Amino acid sequence: MPRKQAAKFTVPYLQILAPDGKVDAKLDPKLPDDTLLKLYRWMRLARALDERMLKLQRQGRLGTFPPCTGQEAVSIPAAMLMRDGDWFVGAFRELGGRLVRGEPLTATLDYYNGWEEGNILPDKNLRILPTSVVIGCQIEHAAGLAYASRFKGTDEVTVAFIGDGGTSEGGFHEGLNMAGVWKAPLVTIIQNNQWAISIPRGAQTASETLAQKGIAYGMPVIQVDGNDPLAVWVAVAEAMDRARKGDGPTLIEAVTYRLMMHTTADDPTKYRTEDEEKEAWAREPLVRTRAYLESRDLWDEAREKALLDELKDQVDQAVAEFETPKDRAPDEPFRHVYGTPHPVIEEQRREFLANLKGGEGRG
Amino acid sequence: MAKLNMIQAVNLALAEAMTQDETVLVMGQDVAVDGGVFRATEGLLDRFGPERVIDTPLAESGIVGSAVGMALAGLKPVAEMQFSGFSYMMMGQFEAHVTRLRSRTHGQLTLPMVIRMPYGGGVRALEHHSESREVLYAHQPGARVVIPSGPRNARALLLAAIDDPDPVVFMEPKHSYRAFREEVPEERETLPIGKARVVQEGTDLTLVSWGAMMRPALKAAATVEKERGASIEIIDLLTIAPLDHAAIAASVSKTGRCVVVQEAPRSYGPSSEITAVINDKAFWHLEAPVKRITGYDVVTPYFGREKTYLPSAEVVARGIVETLDV
Ligand SMILES: Cc1ncc(C[n+]2csc(CCOP(=O)(O)OP(=O)(O)O)c2C)c(N)n1
Ligand SMILES: [Mg+2]
Repeated sequence: MPRKQAAKFTVPYLQILAPDGKVDAKLDPKLPDDTLLKLYRWMRLARALDERMLKLQRQGRLGTFPPCTGQEAVSIPAAMLMRDGDWFVGAFRELGGRLVRGEPLTATLDYYNGWEEGNILPDKNLRILPTSVVIGCQIEHAAGLAYASRFKGTDEVTVAFIGDGGTSEGGFHEGLNMAGVWKAPLVTIIQNNQWAISIPRGAQTASETLAQKGIAYGMPVIQVDGNDPLAVWVAVAEAMDRARKGDGPTLIEAVTYRLMMHTTADDPTKYRTEDEEKEAWAREPLVRTRAYLESRDLWDEAREKALLDELKDQVDQAVAEFETPKDRAPDEPFRHVYGTPHPVIEEQRREFLANLKGGEGRG
Repeated sequence: MAKLNMIQAVNLALAEAMTQDETVLVMGQDVAVDGGVFRATEGLLDRFGPERVIDTPLAESGIVGSAVGMALAGLKPVAEMQFSGFSYMMMGQFEAHVTRLRSRTHGQLTLPMVIRMPYGGGVRALEHHSESREVLYAHQPGARVVIPSGPRNARALLLAAIDDPDPVVFMEPKHSYRAFREEVPEERETLPIGKARVVQEGTDLTLVSWGAMMRPALKAAATVEKERGASIEIIDLLTIAPLDHAAIAASVSKTGRCVVVQEAPRSYGPSSEITAVINDKAFWHLEAPVKRITGYDVVTPYFGREKTYLPSAEVVARGIVETLDV
């Protein structure tokens, strides 16, 4: 018997807005003006906050954090497409998407300055899960959230993020496989920023694309230019439509670049060249988005300046609020170990407070 | 003799072991080109090449599981978990295979492998970067759990761990990585795994600790000795599992009083085991209850509150005084 082909797969690729701002007219989703203006504003806000956080960190006013500069075009369009009731499941490089979904700037600042309070949202119905520092686990949570949405008969969708490095973790594979088996309404977005700390994409997996990993779990996949917010918009919108209709999960690989250090504790000169970084800056998402807005007569230098001033005020205000001394109970962690008090924990809480009163504290 | 910090001492031990035995290899996330996020493996790639210094994909279970295979085949992998907080991704491999292959095959298959991981608080890091969970590994018979407290014993114990025919979990107190330097001898030096070290002899009270907590413990002992003229015997455990019962029992039988200092949450931690050993082996010598100065049974707080949660020299000193006064 001759050998036959058992199955055949392809991985589509989508780019709509090129780095120079030229748009593919046939593919252009022709988003309404106000949507585009909002999109650009969110991207600019995320960039402004990221840059400010780096300054604060360098001045010792903020702890270690992972800058998101250059990746604004991934999580922001995805978050803008989400509705009330949808679940946002981030890793740790989705600053923009979190802001879009309603996380206050001050929460981000608190979180990266060592306060659990930064995980508390103004409203728990925002359905933004806390940052997933442990890589991979969040995809399994996302599969469960998506299962629950379908179980309850809703058309809610879960949108989950993971890095290129994260695709090597078991959690990524187990979560996608579950979602595939369950036909769960899950949109998983890989932010392929080419690096996992010092490990380049090519050393992370021998797969030609990251998108193709979803094929193994029986779901539609697509690779998009992750610095192109229109391509991300279209890919996520299609995936969400399928999910809401009950047609199951999608895996999207967004090809982008981590323009800054891994975290503020990292030194990228150890493992990559400045040339590579320079080249990547030429493809970053904000410049092309602005060019596109200008081509649609929605933007000019005056508006740019006004926006930057306005966002500076917004960030200033958030930082001022963040830096206003708060009366935070030192024994707060004792209150949240269980839902009800336990005598052993209470006893230790009294001991802790007595040690604090001892004058010198425990530090 | 060179004055090294703990990171340099770990680096030295790895380089020495790799020079001496070409089956020793280092593997983990960012260990090769980057030299490790703490620089523990700096320079090893240049000296020993990519076949022996392996930048792995981001997969703890894959790292430890494949290290098991390598060790079964006669290599000696030293696998790095970037932070102990991410090591639980490999707990299935650890419990089901790392700790059991010797027993399962009555010694026919053995695992001469080391799993290194930085642990502990005090460095203002993000969530999962500050816990002290040595007991999770200590509770699983079949692997040894070693925790150095300074550059010199880190180097000597890591060499011993690599020599050891059984798997060793080598937990490095990251708070001590660059906190101080010590003379580390040029010549190869090892310390026996499984043996606690009497850092200082004394007659009135035994102070037991390990890892990063040795520093507040030593400071507290010095304060109380000065203020009270007490004579304190200090034990650095160095190995958490299997525990050196003899050293603890001998010391407490002599002094009759004991304070244990532990960074980890109190319940079910090593200090509980130490107290039980004293109960079993030195009870009739006790003149005061064994005192435990520990972390609390709460989820490790983020760094905004971390400082007040770590046992300090002042609190240890108070505990010593209280125990002396019974
Ligand atoms: C399970 C786990 N292992 C290791 C780490 C340490 N770590 C933090 S970020 C990172 C690299 C992540 O790379 P990638 O998934 O590509 O995300 P990126 O940082 O590029 O956004 C590593 C190894 C972790 N957070 N979680
Ligand atoms: Mg990455």
